[in-house]
Amino acid sequence: MATELLRVTQLTKAYGGRRAVDGVSFTVNRGQTVGLLGPNGAGKSTTVGMICGLIAADSGSVSLEGQAVTTGACGAKRRIGFVPQDLALYEDLSALENLKLFAALYGLKGAHCRRRADEVLALVNLSERAHDKPATYSGGMKRRLNIAAALMHDPELLILDEPTVGVDPQSRNAIFDTLDRLKAEGCALIYTSHYMEEVERLADRIVIVDHGKVLVDDTPEGLFRKLPAHAALRVDFDSPVGDALLDGVRGCAGVTGVAREGDGIEIKLAAAADALPVMTWLSAQGARPTYFATARASLEDIFLNLTGRTLRD
Amino acid sequence: MNAISALVRKDILLYLQDRRALLLNLVMPIMLAAFFGYLFGGSGDAKTSRIDVALVLQDASPTAQKIAAGLKADPNLRVTDMTAAQAEEEVRKGKQKAAVTIPAGFGDAAGQALFGAGEKPSIKVQYDPSQQAVLAMVRGLLTQQVMQNVSAEMFGGEGGRKLADQSLADLEKNASAENAELRSFLGNLKTFMAAEEKRTASQPQATKAGLTMPFTTSEQAVASKEIAAGYNGYAHSFAGMGVQFILFMGIDMGIGILLARRSGIWNRLLAAPIGARSVLLARALSGALIAFTLLCVIFAVAVVVFKISIVNPLGFLGVGLSFALLTSSFGLLIAAFGKTPEAARGMAVFATLIMVMLGGAWVPAFLFPEWVQTLTLAVPTRWAVDGFDAMTWRGLGMDAALQAIGAQLAFTVLFAGLAAWRFGREAR
Repeated sequence: MATELLRVTQLTKAYGGRRAVDGVSFTVNRGQTVGLLGPNGAGKSTTVGMICGLIAADSGSVSLEGQAVTTGACGAKRRIGFVPQDLALYEDLSALENLKLFAALYGLKGAHCRRRADEVLALVNLSERAHDKPATYSGGMKRRLNIAAALMHDPELLILDEPTVGVDPQSRNAIFDTLDRLKAEGCALIYTSHYMEEVERLADRIVIVDHGKVLVDDTPEGLFRKLPAHAALRVDFDSPVGDALLDGVRGCAGVTGVAREGDGIEIKLAAAADALPVMTWLSAQGARPTYFATARASLEDIFLNLTGRTLRD
Repeated sequence: MNAISALVRKDILLYLQDRRALLLNLVMPIMLAAFFGYLFGGSGDAKTSRIDVALVLQDASPTAQKIAAGLKADPNLRVTDMTAAQAEEEVRKGKQKAAVTIPAGFGDAAGQALFGAGEKPSIKVQYDPSQQAVLAMVRGLLTQQVMQNVSAEMFGGEGGRKLADQSLADLEKNASAENAELRSFLGNLKTFMAAEEKRTASQPQATKAGLTMPFTTSEQAVASKEIAAGYNGYAHSFAGMGVQFILFMGIDMGIGILLARRSGIWNRLLAAPIGARSVLLARALSGALIAFTLLCVIFAVAVVVFKISIVNPLGFLGVGLSFALLTSSFGLLIAAFGKTPEAARGMAVFATLIMVMLGGAWVPAFLFPEWVQTLTLAVPTRWAVDGFDAMTWRGLGMDAALQAIGAQLAFTVLFAGLAAWRFGREAR
């Protein structure tokens, strides 16, 4: 039985006359990872700011198991860890000093604080560089320390705002491993990112916001089900295909759309399994493909399908 | 409390690791204060520098020679003989502060003019226009020498005797009852001159009678009663430069907050269960602690190396602490109203330079025109500099300290209040 940890209810926030967040509601269960997605200016950062108690909401509420999160020195903040998008570290203090400082803000001190720092440094694979200054770290190491600083007080909910910006694949995988371990230990995560594959890999649920409103809140599987096409089939020929062939493909079972692409065709399918009957039909027609490939619909397809392709500033 | 002390400790650690800041806030004020202090009189025991004066002596009379000798013997002047052209060129180049030209016939003409009988001769004084004060000083010393030597010559010298003989001869030609009194005076003068000549002949060392300054001055520097050595120019310069560079530290503190707000650090701090007030309070406390420590180190150097005296240590600590709080609240004000670190730094440095200039940090406020002195009472740095002056070379008591402390604390409350209002408004 999933236990609800965070409840966000009808949050609104306006700047001037513009509503940055307009009635956002969702929940996060213990041990669950929620991907919070949205185009630039959709209201993600403001929503995260209100959940962390950085920004006062105009209306609505944020609570952890009934304990309200507000700006100021509220107790609920002790249960939340926040990893800002920017590197929030003092470059001229050692990694250990950084961790001890941020731990002190949550009341940790003495031997307990030191022990926890050792644990967290081990978790992010920085134990051997504990006494070095972040100024001497690589980008990936800084990102890992940035996460470590939010873990010192052992939060029940960790909010990560684009935590992998500018890191190499190795560091990104190391960060994912860390998050997997936290999740396994029961820590709930809210993860915002523009890298859809990251969210797809990590999230149990995805909340997509745009224009300050929640567009969709579902599991990844649930989101894919909402798409008219789950898979695509690309077939190339050595000469352009005729309209008769296109119409024929359109009539195959599971095909939801067909488009001519150069000397080939792009076929949208309800499911990946629908590719085989289409290929069989093409073969029966005497068509000789020079190349073919199948692709599953991505989270990016879902995202663009929901938020549109118009540029956001 | 644990959180606030951790934040304060962090700020101090970061400050101590910043060598540029230490150089700017500690070494620079000491170096500049030493330089300005030396210019403004040093520690009071240095000899006053002499004024360079060119002398163009075109008169060979004994009177003119004695005037020249008197000027050369004056300890306040360094007199060099030159031609008129040389002298003018040297003054123009700034190598001589003034040039004095004693024209031909000056000795005789001055003697006659002393009794109102002839036209007054003119001594030309050319001077460097950037040295107005020198003109008054040279004119005064010249007057003293001329009066002394011309009157001595007239009452006991060859020139005086000739003038008396000539005048008596003229009177004999135009004998009248109206001239009887003048004839009698000149006769008595000749008798006095003869007696004087006999006295100086028997006593070669004796000086001839003449007009002398009818007074002497007894000069006493009125400063701190406790400071035996008197005024120490370093005391004011250390106060001024200390105030200026510690305010620069306050600017850095404010800019540091703006940079933290631009980066994720500010949000990370505010995400902790301590609130923005605690974060700001911690920054204000660390800023005040750093400012006070800097001030103590700067004045410690001033005391040990430059021999300034802190006459009222308790008052000094009070003025120093209130200035440290003022600096800290100034930093908060910059952080609250600055839009970007770059723009805020430029504006804050400009405002600080204006404040320290009007506060008398560069030159003492008493040199300002009266209306500026009144106006600058509204400038917080004026109270800081005056407070430190009062506790050092002026040697004033706690009442003066309390005035400076009160004024600085009032500005502290004003700055901190404005900053708190602005931060609160932004949080909403």
